Amino acid sequence: MNKKSDKVPDSKGHFGQYGGRFVPETLMPALIELEKAYRKYRKNKDFLQELKILQKDFVGRPTPLYFAGNLSEYLGGPKIYLKREDLCHTGAHKINNAIAQALLARRMGKTRLIAETGAGQHGVATATGAALAGLECEIYMGSEDIRRQALNVFRMKLLGAKVTEVTLGSKTLKDAINEALRDWTTNVRNTHYVLGTVFGPHPYPVMVRDFQSIIGIEAREQIMKAENRLPDCLIACVGGGSNSIGLFHAFLKDNIRMIGVEAGGHGIKSGKHAARFAGGSLGIFQGCKSYLLQDRDGNVLGTHSVSAGLDYASVGPEHCYLRDLRKIEYTYATDREALRAFELLSKIEGIIPALESAHAITEAVKVASSMNKKSIIIVNLSGRGDKDVQEVARIKGIRL
Amino acid sequence: MSRIEQTFRDLKKKGRKALIPYIMAGDPSLDATKKFVIDLERAGADIIELGVPFSDPLADGPTIQRASERALQHGTTLKKVLALVKEIRRQSEIPLILMTYYNPVFKYGTGAFVKKAVSAGVDGMIIPDLIPDEAEDFIRLARQHRLDTIFLLAPTSTRERISRVAKASTGFIYYVSITGITGAKLSVGKSMKNRLDSIKSVTKKPVAAGFGISNPEEASKVAKLADGVIIGSAIVKLISQGKSIKNFIKAVRKAV
Ligand SMILES: Cc1ncc(COP(=O)(O)O)c(C=O)c1O
Repeated sequence: MNKKSDKVPDSKGHFGQYGGRFVPETLMPALIELEKAYRKYRKNKDFLQELKILQKDFVGRPTPLYFAGNLSEYLGGPKIYLKREDLCHTGAHKINNAIAQALLARRMGKTRLIAETGAGQHGVATATGAALAGLECEIYMGSEDIRRQALNVFRMKLLGAKVTEVTLGSKTLKDAINEALRDWTTNVRNTHYVLGTVFGPHPYPVMVRDFQSIIGIEAREQIMKAENRLPDCLIACVGGGSNSIGLFHAFLKDNIRMIGVEAGGHGIKSGKHAARFAGGSLGIFQGCKSYLLQDRDGNVLGTHSVSAGLDYASVGPEHCYLRDLRKIEYTYATDREALRAFELLSKIEGIIPALESAHAITEAVKVASSMNKKSIIIVNLSGRGDKDVQEVARIKGIRL
Repeated sequence: MSRIEQTFRDLKKKGRKALIPYIMAGDPSLDATKKFVIDLERAGADIIELGVPFSDPLADGPTIQRASERALQHGTTLKKVLALVKEIRRQSEIPLILMTYYNPVFKYGTGAFVKKAVSAGVDGMIIPDLIPDEAEDFIRLARQHRLDTIFLLAPTSTRERISRVAKASTGFIYYVSITGITGAKLSVGKSMKNRLDSIKSVTKKPVAAGFGISNPEEASKVAKLADGVIIGSAIVKLISQGKSIKNFIKAVRKAV
């Protein structure tokens, strides 16, 4: 068999039938340049050293793997560990990728960073990376997300970024990505687009995965130290899919159950959700081929989730590939379930999770009932819930 | 030889350049679009591009984005645009190109679409988010059924990209005249001439330029450098304001 065709992704970024590059020709030279730079610097000692120091002293890595004793006892089943990405500087795993891309952009001679953001976590992370690297920064955010993540909007501004409101389409993450891509198409010569998840045209899905895979590398070491064995199950929420692939990647060769949790919104039948695997079909959107929530005519459907970070119509191509291989299972949690888990973890463990991460907690609660006391689950706590407090209060009808 | 190739060849013999207007199908209605096509042909258009609306037109500026939103609201779909082309073909033989993003075509089924498009009377396709590298199937099917595949080049394109795009294109090559999205501001200068020259040095295929050309003066300057001039946002804007497009096209025709 031809060795080259066995590589995943192949040289054009295909994970089997998924992925690739579906972008305006104007961006092709920039994507090729980025791919070359990434391939060069991922093996460059200076770059890796600089990144390592910042991961430790700026981001606060390694993040703890916390044995959630109260939750485990409450559920009466397996031991549940939480990978504490919520303790990263700026409050979510997004910083792992944003810092690395900011350093890369500076080495490529770019002077300006742009990014899309949904929950605002990636926007805050990119603004932070830009401040650190001394680069100009502009963040695109849908007006619906600006409303529900107001705190993060102010944080981005404090960090020196310009926040541009996107009032087109559904006014959420996908529209922010369209605007960011339009900006990049216009300013590609001096600007680097810091895509926030394992999505979009090659090389983003691979590059972002590699920058996030530190989550799983650490978790693997930590669980071996704590339990002297590998876990039985890994659980993470899936928006674009970066925190989940970040945790799962270091365990892909092991025979471990892995579960990705999408946003079930008001339920699949309601049509108001963001469960691409449960409700979508193969499509081409914003740079790659993947599962997509679309209508009969190939127009992209509006999505809904209580968590802005999961409220997106498509999903990283590598997830589709790993799903076909049956390495990862995908399920969803509804808004209501996620809100319940949000409160449960807050009360029982003293940890307020991001609403995104609360989807993963929901699934942990569900699978725990079918597992014995000797089993071990690791849940990726992708972010902290401070950003969501206001919105949860609003939903509960409480005025702050 | 395709109808588009024939058009460029005939124009060349006469020492003229192609005028290629773009309108959004279904904005404000499909009936209106049909009438616009006839008007445009009478006013001197050589080839017409029909935009097919898509929910996420990431290569387009605000003017075409809004037209696309309006057309979708009126229920315009790729299927209906194909039916419209069939109807137009009863009255006109002007070369017609559909410009759409790839997902609607992919969802339709690329093979089924190519067959249906050709039988309806479509001459060529422009798909701004489909680069030749990802278009193997589409190109093979299009060649088989004689549908022209018009790919795009940009001011950022390297030599390697130019050769690849030139090779994959039939009918003509679409040169995106600005580093940006449709409707943005154009500057016609030496660098545009240099870029078009470097494209011309690798291919004999016609090159038409578009994106940002908004008035007869700009059209005239671009016509001196390229084999064709594509005008979109300026016309779409007139239509959205309910103004007549005939006089504008006549003026541009004169300038080209
Ligand atoms: C805390 C948190 N978790 C998860 C996500 C979802 O993204 P991904 O699937 O790429 O990890 C986001 C996105 O904004 C987020 O802020």
